[in-house]
Amino acid sequence: MDKRFTILRSTAVPLPIENVDTDQIIPARFLKATTREGFGENLFRDWRFDDKGNPKKDFVLNNPKYSGKILVAGKNFGCGSSREHAAWAIADYGFKAVVSSFFADIHKNNELNNFVLPVVVSEAFLERLFNSIENNPSTEVTIDLPNQKITNEETGESENFDINPYKKECLIEGLDDIEYLLKNREEIENFERERIWN
Amino acid sequence: MGKTLFDKVWDSHVVKSISQGPDQLYIDRHYCHEVTSPQAFDALRKRGLKVFRPEKTFCAPDHNIPTKDQHLPIKDETSRVPVETLTKNAKEFGLTLFPLCDPRNGIIHVIGPEQGLTLPGMTIVCGDSHTSTHGALGAIAFGIGTSEIEMVLATQCVLQPKPKSMRISIEGKLGKGVTAKDIALYLISKLGTGGATGYFVEYAGEAVRNLNMEERMTLCNLSIEMGARGGMIAPDETTFEYVKNRHYAPKGEEWEKYLQYWKTLPTDPDAKFDKELQFAAEDIEPRVTFGTNPGMGIGISETIPAKPESAAAAASYLKALDYMGFKEAQKLEGTPVDYVFLGSCTNGRIQDFRDFASIVKGKKKSDKVIVWLVPGSQQVKGQIEEEGLDKIIEEAGFEIREPGCSACLAMNEDKVPSGKLCVSTSNRNFEGRQGPGARTVLAGPLVAAAAAITGEITDPRKFL
Repeated sequence: MDKRFTILRSTAVPLPIENVDTDQIIPARFLKATTREGFGENLFRDWRFDDKGNPKKDFVLNNPKYSGKILVAGKNFGCGSSREHAAWAIADYGFKAVVSSFFADIHKNNELNNFVLPVVVSEAFLERLFNSIENNPSTEVTIDLPNQKITNEETGESENFDINPYKKECLIEGLDDIEYLLKNREEIENFERERIWN
Repeated sequence: MGKTLFDKVWDSHVVKSISQGPDQLYIDRHYCHEVTSPQAFDALRKRGLKVFRPEKTFCAPDHNIPTKDQHLPIKDETSRVPVETLTKNAKEFGLTLFPLCDPRNGIIHVIGPEQGLTLPGMTIVCGDSHTSTHGALGAIAFGIGTSEIEMVLATQCVLQPKPKSMRISIEGKLGKGVTAKDIALYLISKLGTGGATGYFVEYAGEAVRNLNMEERMTLCNLSIEMGARGGMIAPDETTFEYVKNRHYAPKGEEWEKYLQYWKTLPTDPDAKFDKELQFAAEDIEPRVTFGTNPGMGIGISETIPAKPESAAAAASYLKALDYMGFKEAQKLEGTPVDYVFLGSCTNGRIQDFRDFASIVKGKKKSDKVIVWLVPGSQQVKGQIEEEGLDKIIEEAGFEIREPGCSACLAMNEDKVPSGKLCVSTSNRNFEGRQGPGARTVLAGPLVAAAAAITGEITDPRKFL
């Protein structure tokens, strides 16, 4: 699978709820698998299905009007547990990017390490984007990583977003942090030799 | 200009800084449990790698383990497999494991400090957001994802942008019946669940210095619930006293050498923080939460606050109240309780059992509640017995279970049934956290004890 991320244009799925925690993204009882695959089917499990496993009609992922590779969520997305299973579930379901006005730190790193792009936008941009998608579910959003620009194609409104230049390079080139670190073994050994404590 | 405690520890662990990128941070201690690690070990195998520094990683199963009959095979296969997988991985990669039933087993964030593995000035990571606990000893400790676990196993390093620094000072003395948990719940409700995101927090001030080591761990444990990657407290005599003579702690001449070093770690008087906040200890009363994140909390004598103005915040507020079955302006005191849970990496230490016993002594458990008392480790369980707390607790009609994460996140059998209300000393009241449909009210060990006696949410100060 090509992990690289450059420009993505897609419709989007709106989740206008604040403080979505990783227990909602993937409940603890689904963390028992010892592989990375298949978490998408339980993404937002308890919001998406009732206790008998039937889809809940009022949840956005069950609404055929909405689809796409971009999840748009309220502020402080991904708070709580460090479980990377949350990022795996988002990626496995088919999302390539998550747009919000604020992300929790650990989850944001986990998304980046799985080549899902967290895009931080202003509160105002986010609110107008929710409005556009609600009024027209086929609203498209363009995320241009090289130029760090997101566009609401329905209104033409654009905004620049921040990303660490190193992480940007990793996403565009499809490189893992671990590949970078493994190349650095010698420096790590030198560091260990010079250390006094611990 | 002087340096902060955080800067001193961070800067001494930077192997190199990537230009316009994160720092490559060397990790002194890596803790590993069964839920977030299997995929990291698999990834090592796929790349044909060994663990780079196996003596720096310590493993213990805690999330999936039963709190009854631990000597028997784990009945639920979906819990047994991850526990067995950790055992196999530890063996294959040559890592120290504290297995089930071992006297050193318990919740990873309880046993690290207990064993003397967590020391001042260290960098510590674990695939678990409550790794912030270890900051109580003056270490930089934070939770990481599974990809980062793989990095630590393979290179003993992670790549992290340096967080901003925040100091939270709590001046004055805590009132009667106010615990470290109440301080934390108070701060989270003041700052919100994202209020410290991007920051590393140092807790300071008279009320913090007066906390014992277990209480400091409770406070630092909950740093993540206001979004902070971690929280830390300057090492002092309380810290040194706690660490001394623990199994993995330095001994003899080494001890003296380390002690001198640790004494250089506290924040210099002229150091600057990116953000400083001050609170008065006397403003804090025993706390309870009313919603579905730890920031939605009130003092036990207060009422549920009014609906927020912004549309998005109001939607989340109404969703939370609907889930909890509470109403705007409602007082929680007097609400019937179905379950009480004392335990977790937040409140599963000896101090929590002392607090619990101080309330239930000479009283009887309410018939209306099911009560789970789960020590954070085998060692805590042993200490409960040494101090005779088990007798007090059992005479009041309670039973002490075997250690583990238990009902904090209900990965084992300790699940709160749908619709039932649980007063819980754990760290998260998220929807379904203690079982699908379970309703969680977070509180400290004294509030939990009062609820266990009365069967309803009760101000513990009545019993003190």
